[in-house]
Order: sequence, then structure tokens, then C-alpha cells
Amino acid sequence: MTAVYADGMALGLREVLAEDPRVYLMGQYFFGLTRHRRLTVELMRDFPGRVWNPPIAEVGYAGTGIGAAISGLRPIVDIATASFIFQAWPQVVNEAANIRYMTGGQTGVPVVFHITHGIRGGGASQHSHSPQAMLMNTPGLQIISPSTARDVRGLIRAAVQSDDPVVWIDHVKLFDIEGELPDAPETIPMGVADIKRRGTDLTIVATSLQVQRSLVAAERLAAEGIQAEVVDPRTLVPLDRATILQSVGRTGRLVVVDECHRSCGVGAEIAATVAEDAFDALRAPIIRVATEDVPIPFSRTMEEAVQPTVEKIIAAAHAVMEARRPRG
Amino acid sequence: MLDAETPGALPRDPAGALALLERMQLLRAFEEKVAELYASGQVAGLVHLAIGQEATAVGVCGLLRPGDTVYGGHRSHGHALATGADPERLLAEIAGRVSGYARGKGGSMHLVAADTGFVTATGVVAGNISLALGGAFAAQLRGTGGVAVAFFGDGAGQSGQFHESLNLAALWRLPVLFVCENNGYAEFSPLSAHTGVERLATHAATYGIPAVTVDGNDLGAVREAAAVAIQRARRGEGPSFVECLTYRLRGHYEGDPAKYRDRAELAAWRAKDPIERLAGRLADAGLVDAEAAADANRRARAIIAAAADAVLASGPAPAGDLTTDVTA
Repeated sequence: MTAVYADGMALGLREVLAEDPRVYLMGQYFFGLTRHRRLTVELMRDFPGRVWNPPIAEVGYAGTGIGAAISGLRPIVDIATASFIFQAWPQVVNEAANIRYMTGGQTGVPVVFHITHGIRGGGASQHSHSPQAMLMNTPGLQIISPSTARDVRGLIRAAVQSDDPVVWIDHVKLFDIEGELPDAPETIPMGVADIKRRGTDLTIVATSLQVQRSLVAAERLAAEGIQAEVVDPRTLVPLDRATILQSVGRTGRLVVVDECHRSCGVGAEIAATVAEDAFDALRAPIIRVATEDVPIPFSRTMEEAVQPTVEKIIAAAHAVMEARRPRG
Repeated sequence: MLDAETPGALPRDPAGALALLERMQLLRAFEEKVAELYASGQVAGLVHLAIGQEATAVGVCGLLRPGDTVYGGHRSHGHALATGADPERLLAEIAGRVSGYARGKGGSMHLVAADTGFVTATGVVAGNISLALGGAFAAQLRGTGGVAVAFFGDGAGQSGQFHESLNLAALWRLPVLFVCENNGYAEFSPLSAHTGVERLATHAATYGIPAVTVDGNDLGAVREAAAVAIQRARRGEGPSFVECLTYRLRGHYEGDPAKYRDRAELAAWRAKDPIERLAGRLADAGLVDAEAAADANRRARAIIAAAADAVLASGPAPAGDLTTDVTA
């Protein structure tokens, strides 16, 4: 069936609540301030006592979720706008991420944190963060970063089944994007990338909303006769490096697109991986399409200029296609 | 005060009374051994001792039962021992040995014995408080009657996490016991340098949490206050706050000369040594005479000496364990 991303989220949450009595939702902003908020209301109606409404006290309720996970529950803690995860930062990166390791495996933390990242339209500097790279640089956290209704539904199940903490990060501009949902529930395993579009001329590795923008760019490139392959890692930790390397091995050209800032972003990590492990396959320098290294501005014109766009992805694709380095 | 009708009152039977004394002696012997090993270079790193604070750990943990959970901090060797953890494995962890509870990954500040309910310990002041809420949340939802105990010092009382957690615990009536070991110093500063609030228990009143301030060097006083709080939690009546006025007889960390404290103050607190006070009281009550107390102390010291010998004979944590106990 056809459904929008938000429906995939709601279905995924509904399935894990129904399947696993250990699952509790802590927070009620899973769908942000969008029209999809009604889906949370429906979950509260259908699962009484399973959806909690904490006060605006992120470090306190993030810690409560961690402690509940230690004691056998499987909480999904909604921190809402990703920028607010900084209020919970000590508990997410210094407690949840470390506890299994620093206890030598005695204490596990099967908690899921949900955040909605990215440039949303008028969020300005303090409501537009994409903290994926900061989280990715924190060993002990797994990160799911879906781009479709199907992926978010299936990855929610994987996240809840994981015995270690997971950050589930999605983009508010994904919520209305349509896709196909299978009839039956499925678990999409962590660490398995999905090739969203096959192509032979270049590889575009993109995450979250940028997958959707890259697919639009790929269609327009195809009209010019350039066939781009779009690889969606789906989970940033674990990262399916093999699929990325294999794709670049076939195409010889790589553009990486993500909404983190350019320096030390998710794209930078992917570019470095390919430079280290597939250098001989490259026929052109890797290009990163990323958010500029400045805080996110408010005005629409500046907001448009600061972020990755379809046009910037196409320009990067042209640039890697024009480079002429003989293979091997 | 030796009244069996009072919840948590000191036991009237000699065996029960002696067991409490011996447990406090074990904590003292353990930490004196750690200090000795630190001085001789056989233990390294950041080590914070709680010599002089034994009555709080033994007073509270002696009232817990299986299924209860304890959340410690950076000065928690005694809390772990008081829950019944194995001294040899604890000492091995502090010495970075493979036979430690965390096989050398956690060390002194993350001294965890999950098998006795001591589920996690944080090196971050106040970092454990919200985690205890989670244990209480899980116990409440599952109806286990379990209680969660957070131990923290006076230094935590000024943090946001402390206040967020008190508010949440009261809001959700969580079965949690906040144990503030007020030893007068937040690291190197007297409490008066960090807050105008003289008694941290007064914060609890703001949130409607029953609170009491007791002589933390009086085992009976700690037990009576903790017993009331634990009963309240088990009956579903929510959190309680017990502030224990105590003193660490050594510096903030091993190697701290503690020149910020004057000799008269130290001498006054030495005169209030919780172990000597308990021994005197049990002797006066005719429960444990001086000879029996001395025998118990010898037994405690023999246990620790044997543990230290075994630890020093065991191997270091192997570097090959670097990548275990974490999902990456």
C-alpha cells in the first residue's frame, strides 16, 4: 500500500507496542508540530498507559528512559527537535553510550532515543541541528536514519530489538513523502544499506532527507544521459561500508550528500572510508555536498543557500563526471 | 533507640548487630587497602575514597532486598560492598585487572556489581540520579515493589539534573530513595561556596517529597530514616529524600592533600567515626563486646588482605578486550 513516511512511523510504533509489552513511549512529539500529530493521539488512545508525557526536562527524562531500559523495559524516548538532544547530552553520550562498556557487559541499555533533525523552514540556529555526526563519533550508540516509510517502520523494530542504545533520527520534511509499505510487518536489519536507484556512471551516497533529494537529482541526471546510483546506508552505526565500496568499485565516482555541516560530517566519514579503501577505483575526486560550516540562518533565502539542494547535488555530479582520471 | 518496633532500628540480636558492624569494618578495611595500594603505585588513576562515610552505605543498603537497584557515583566503593559485592572482584577492578567486575574497563569510578543490584555507577556528578528514576519507573510499571536508590553528594544538589529528577520523581510518584551524603565539600569547596542553601533536604520540600536530615555517622539514624523511606516507596507512596550529614576523612581523591580543611574540623569528625560509635553503642547495649568487635575487625581485614593478594597475583586487563562489550 502507498503511505507517507509519518504513517510508516506510526505503524512501526504501533507494531512494537502491540508486540512487546516492555515498550513504552516517553514523549509525545514524535511527529513534531506537523499535521501528523493526531497519530500520537491515536497511539495514546489505543495503548493506554504506554505513552508518557514528561515535563520539558530532557536530561531528567532521558536518564529515566536509560534507567528503565537497564531494568528491563524497552523505552522509546522522544526528545523531539534534534537540537534539544543537547539538553540530554550527558545522559545520551556519557551514560547510555558508555554503560555496557564500562561495566564490562554487566549492564545493558536497550533504549531508543528519537529526534527530528534538520533544516525545517524557519527553525533558525537553535531548532535546525543535524547532530548525526556528533552522535556517530560517540562509540556505543547505534544510529538509524531512515528515508522512506518502509525503512522507518522496519528499522523501528530493529531498534527496539537491539540490546544497546539506538538513536532514531529522522527529518521533519520526510513526514509527507509517499512510499510503498508492505502488508506484513518486517524487521530491517541494522547495518544493511539499500541501493535506492541503480546506476553505472556515479555513486551518490546520501542519508535521511538527502536520499529523497538525491533521487530527484538522479532522475534529472538521467534525462541528460547520466546514470547515478543512489545508496542509502539507512543506519549510520553500524555503517554498511561494504555496499558503499562495492558501488564505488562499479562506478568509479562518488558524491556524498548529508545535512551535517561539511567539516567532520557523516559525508566526511563516508568520503574518508572510500578514499582509504577504494582509492584505486576512483576516477575523480570525491565531492561532499553538505551544509555550510555556519549556524543555520533564519531567512528563507539564506536557509536555501546553506543546505544541500537538488541543484547542488546535480552540480556535484557534473563535476565528478567531468574529471577524467583513468581507472587504475 | 534499640527498639525493634521502630522500622530499621538496630537489631536486638547480637548476630544481626555484629553483621552490620562487620560490614562497616569491611568497607573501612577495603578502602584503607586501596589507599595503601595507591600509595605504593599498584593502583593508579582517579580514586575517591569514602573513609568515614561507611554508615550511609551500610545503613541504606542493609535494608534492601533482591530486585532493588542501586545507582552510585565516583565515590562508591562502599556502596558496592554494602550491596554484598565480592571484595576481590571489586579490588581487581580498581586495580585494572582482568578478574575485576568489568574486567578492567570501568575502574574505581564505574565500580558496578550488577549481580547484587548495584547496576551502574557514574563518574559524572548527579549523572546517576535520573537513572535511578528509570529503575523506579520500571519497578512501578511492573508492580514488583522494587525500590531504586541513588547515592550522591552535596555537590550534586546544585545541578540541573538533581532538580529535574526530583520534580519527575514526585510527579510520577516513583519508588525512589534519594540519599544525599552531605560530606560538606563539593570536590574542594565547602558547600557554602556553592549554595546559600544550608540543608539540601529543603529542596525536596519544594517538590513535595518527604525529606529528613540525619546524622550520617550514626548507623541507627540512617537506618531508621531509610527504612521509613523504603517502606513508603514499597507502598506506592512515592519518593523520599534522606540527607546524611557526614564527612570524608581523606581528600577528594587520593593524592589530594585537602588543605582547604582545617585540622580542628578533621579532628572533630574523627571523634565521630561511625564505626567506633557503632561499636561503642553495641557494647553499651550489651550486644557486642569489645573483644567480639575486635575479632570481627580482624576477620574483615583478613578477607581484604586475601583479596589483595589474589588481585596482585592476577593478570592485567588484556588489550585484546578493547573491542568487546560495545556495538560499533
